[in-house]
Amino acid sequence: MDALDREILEILQDNSRISHREIATMLGIAEEEVTKRIQELEKKGIIIKYHTLINWEKAGEEKVSAIIEVNVTPQRGIGFDAIAERIYRFPEVKSVYLVSGRYDLAVLVEGKNMKEVAFFVATKLATLDTVQSTATHFVLKKYKQEGVILEDKEEDKRLVISP
Amino acid sequence: MSRWGEYVATAVRRIPPSGIRRFFDLVAETPGVISLGVGEPDFVTPWHIREACIYALERGFTMYTSNYGLLELREAIARRMQRTYGLSYDPRQEILVTVGVSEGLDLALRALLNPGDEVLIPEPCYVSYSPCTSLAGGVPVPVPTRGEDNFRLRAEELEKHISKRTKVLVLSYPNNPTGAIMEREDLLAIADLVEKYDLIVISDEIYDELTYDGQHTCFASLPRMRDRTILLNGFSKAYAMTGWRVGYACGNPEFIGAMTKIHQYTMLCAPITAQMAAIEALNKGEEEMKKMVAAYNRRRRLVVEGLRQIGLPCFEPKGAFYAFPSIRETGLSSEEFCTRLLQEVGVAVVPGNAFGASGEGHVRLSYAASTQQLTEALNRMETFLKKLKRQSSAAGCAGVGI
Repeated sequence: MDALDREILEILQDNSRISHREIATMLGIAEEEVTKRIQELEKKGIIIKYHTLINWEKAGEEKVSAIIEVNVTPQRGIGFDAIAERIYRFPEVKSVYLVSGRYDLAVLVEGKNMKEVAFFVATKLATLDTVQSTATHFVLKKYKQEGVILEDKEEDKRLVISP
Repeated sequence: MSRWGEYVATAVRRIPPSGIRRFFDLVAETPGVISLGVGEPDFVTPWHIREACIYALERGFTMYTSNYGLLELREAIARRMQRTYGLSYDPRQEILVTVGVSEGLDLALRALLNPGDEVLIPEPCYVSYSPCTSLAGGVPVPVPTRGEDNFRLRAEELEKHISKRTKVLVLSYPNNPTGAIMEREDLLAIADLVEKYDLIVISDEIYDELTYDGQHTCFASLPRMRDRTILLNGFSKAYAMTGWRVGYACGNPEFIGAMTKIHQYTMLCAPITAQMAAIEALNKGEEEMKKMVAAYNRRRRLVVEGLRQIGLPCFEPKGAFYAFPSIRETGLSSEEFCTRLLQEVGVAVVPGNAFGASGEGHVRLSYAASTQQLTEALNRMETFLKKLKRQSSAAGCAGVGI
């Protein structure tokens, strides 16, 4: 990983559909060099996946998500990893973070409606052996996700021509 | 013209209307245009700077400041000059906070010029230098620079334009509209002339942070040039703060004192909220600024490469955020090219002659736009150029037929 790799990653993070050729031009290096570097970054698992950020609400999809605070008992030798795995294997679970503070795991769960999410928490999460307690916070509105403001009202206000 | 026009001062009436104005109206009434004609960043001021201003307002910072500007800001400017260029300016009498570089330029010219004094203005250049010189009673003397020289100012060319009345040289590098920079050696040759003919330099270095593939050389940092130079800079370009109107001038106490005299009777001071934001920019804005500069640099390469591929020769701009390709091969004038480009494919760029006669045959294209916009604009320009070529070859055949 050098400065060039980092710049390639920044460009891809902003727009993963950009061509290798365009990246090469932007960085003033050969296209083959970009391809080689990206392949290397993929191989090393630094680039994990090329995905699309979607505003599902605009697409008319009814989706409900909730942030679940989970308190667990860490297990000897493996700490939180085993319980985390038990949780993140569920497809309903979109992200899992081990956090410091009042609770241990922050779990983002997505479902079709509130009932489905609540049912999942009650039957699948809360019943796990090492889970002591859970608290469910339903997401009411998404403002910003993965560094992107979902409905940015800051459009270009510049004069069309200026010296 | 209504009869009231006759009351307008002669000096003002003599100033030609801005070449950009007419074009602005044309662009404004054309729908679906991608405008690469904007001379300001497409970024909005970084949030932490805006937030600092909001906080200043909340605490009631709504009053005048010292004529020189907030001392805290002047101290931050002094630190920056020391850090970046090894230049030491006394924040108490050698730095003046102005309402943008525009005011700094006006003040500097008015502080220096006696009626009839000549001001050397390398062209193409920003549109204000000549009119402000005339309004200050001076005589603007354009010094052409050329694409073949990468729009650098050559000492030989400059010397040809020096007369007994020459008092001031205006330098503006990195340059708007060409994107040209001056290397240290180029500037040293200019400095020799400045000393030889006892000139004063007004150096507008608003684009200094936007220098790519190398370091900017500050004219005042050259040997013996500090006290001969009024250095103008500001926050508009590097920190995306054009609308805040805050800049600064650095120079010897006599010059800065004279400028402050005018400033205190005209502007009083730069807006306090903008000054508070500027302090935040200087103290904590480096990281975000570098990110913006990196983005401009990527777009710069994209645009220059794109222009060359569609057949518009373009020297490599090393500063600011403009490309200045030659359109001579199309056989059109700068104005014709821009008007037709706008009307036929909806891309706005600025005719090079708006920046001085030596800009003819070129257009200014700003890459302060998203990469998607730039790519789309280049595609449209390619369509336009292909169409031009077809038309001219068709016309050529018809000619043979006759």
